[in-house]
Amino acid sequence: MNDVATGEPLIVLDGVNKWFGPLHVLDDVSLSVGRGEVVVVIGPSGSGKSTLCRTINRLEPINSGTITFDGTPLPAEGRALAKLRSEVGMVFQSFNLFAHKTILENVTLGPVKVRKEKPAAVRERGLALLDRVGIANQADKYPAQLSGGQQQRAAIARALAMQPKAMLFDEPTSALDPEMVGEVLDVMTSLARDGMTMVVVTHEMGFARHAANRVVFMADGQLVEEAPPTEFFANPQSERAKDFLSKILTH
Amino acid sequence: MSVLIDKFDVFAGGFWLTLQICILAAIGALILGAVVAVLRISPVPPLRALGTAYVTVFRNMPLTVVMFFAAFGLPALGSNADFLRIPGLDAVFSRLGTDLPYFRFALIALSLYTAAFVCEALRSGVNAVPAGQAEAARSLGLTFGQNLRYVVLPQSWKASIVPLGSVIIAMIKNSALVGFFGVIGDLSQTADQLTSAGGYAFIPVAIGISVGYLIMTVPLGALLDRIEKRQAVAR
Repeated sequence: MNDVATGEPLIVLDGVNKWFGPLHVLDDVSLSVGRGEVVVVIGPSGSGKSTLCRTINRLEPINSGTITFDGTPLPAEGRALAKLRSEVGMVFQSFNLFAHKTILENVTLGPVKVRKEKPAAVRERGLALLDRVGIANQADKYPAQLSGGQQQRAAIARALAMQPKAMLFDEPTSALDPEMVGEVLDVMTSLARDGMTMVVVTHEMGFARHAANRVVFMADGQLVEEAPPTEFFANPQSERAKDFLSKILTH
Repeated sequence: MSVLIDKFDVFAGGFWLTLQICILAAIGALILGAVVAVLRISPVPPLRALGTAYVTVFRNMPLTVVMFFAAFGLPALGSNADFLRIPGLDAVFSRLGTDLPYFRFALIALSLYTAAFVCEALRSGVNAVPAGQAEAARSLGLTFGQNLRYVVLPQSWKASIVPLGSVIIAMIKNSALVGFFGVIGDLSQTADQLTSAGGYAFIPVAIGISVGYLIMTVPLGALLDRIEKRQAVAR
């Protein structure tokens, strides 16, 4: 487990509320994530954890409360928002690789078009990143030609190519065949070791145990409990968390 | 049936004029329709409202009424649509540059009307691209314009091309109205010339102009069928 840098937290959510029509998906949620910290968000489906993750780069706008990233409140729209998003990497459940572009083009599009970096330099960095996630030999293939695990690793490389200050993972292994979950979690674990700030929504309790600095448990849109993983899994405080853990850990 | 041979030059002239109108109106409608489609999917609510208003007006009004507005409304406003006298273009499409403005008025009406349908065809293509694609592009920090240009449009045109073709075929047939709004010598107005002024029997003349329209629309339809089949195989 890495040491968490102290000082100003990188991501701060304060009194965040969001409704989908009558459904209160985020109910007064406050959370802060320090630089280099790995926070794993768990909870039953429909508890609002994915929504929480998506509000941090404003893919979901919120109804009230504030979210600050690196000291500045999230911009509402336009170029300022685009700039913020370029500093926050996101990995989706369904990979969302650009279907009409090769794996390497997927990785280089952001740095070249958003950051206006030189294509040759980005290409080199992109290949190094693909090598790091173990799919350098797939660089010229199209997403549909890769397995789910390979696609998700490519998606992680695409997000890393922007050299983000933080990474958001929205159930990154939920759409994968079981034998491919490990290869994605390995990449995420190595990222965590290298000190990347991460918010990870997942059902992988093993990953939460060994890679997280802190586990956040959500239910019905509320942030019910947060604790270091050893503490949380050994001795959950709330009834909801006890109930949730008893259901998933007995199998 | 001798009219088809005797007056072949009249039919050919009508065919050429209708083809000119259709080429120019298709260009106009594609450009304008693309602009309106971008408005309709824009993240800025007033622009979206503007695009929606455009489509609501021009998709729901009969083309005849749009033609009336162009042919009688524009002169009332003091416009002869002279901005369409585009140097260079009027060398090929000579009617663009004439003093009589009805060709230009008809062109405006046909383009405005067709653009609403072009917009919807383009938009249906955009909607066929999974939402996750645009979401991933946004999460990388691409702006709305970059998102369209590099991610959404390259994937959407395949789904747009067949409905777009249908819109253009409909437009070619709709162009038959221009003869009633002052344009002299297009394919459908040729029928009027030959029957009332030339005294020819109606049916052979109608067959002649029908063949003219079919020469334009049938190959286009066949092309669309081929594209559609190729897409089905690729899928």
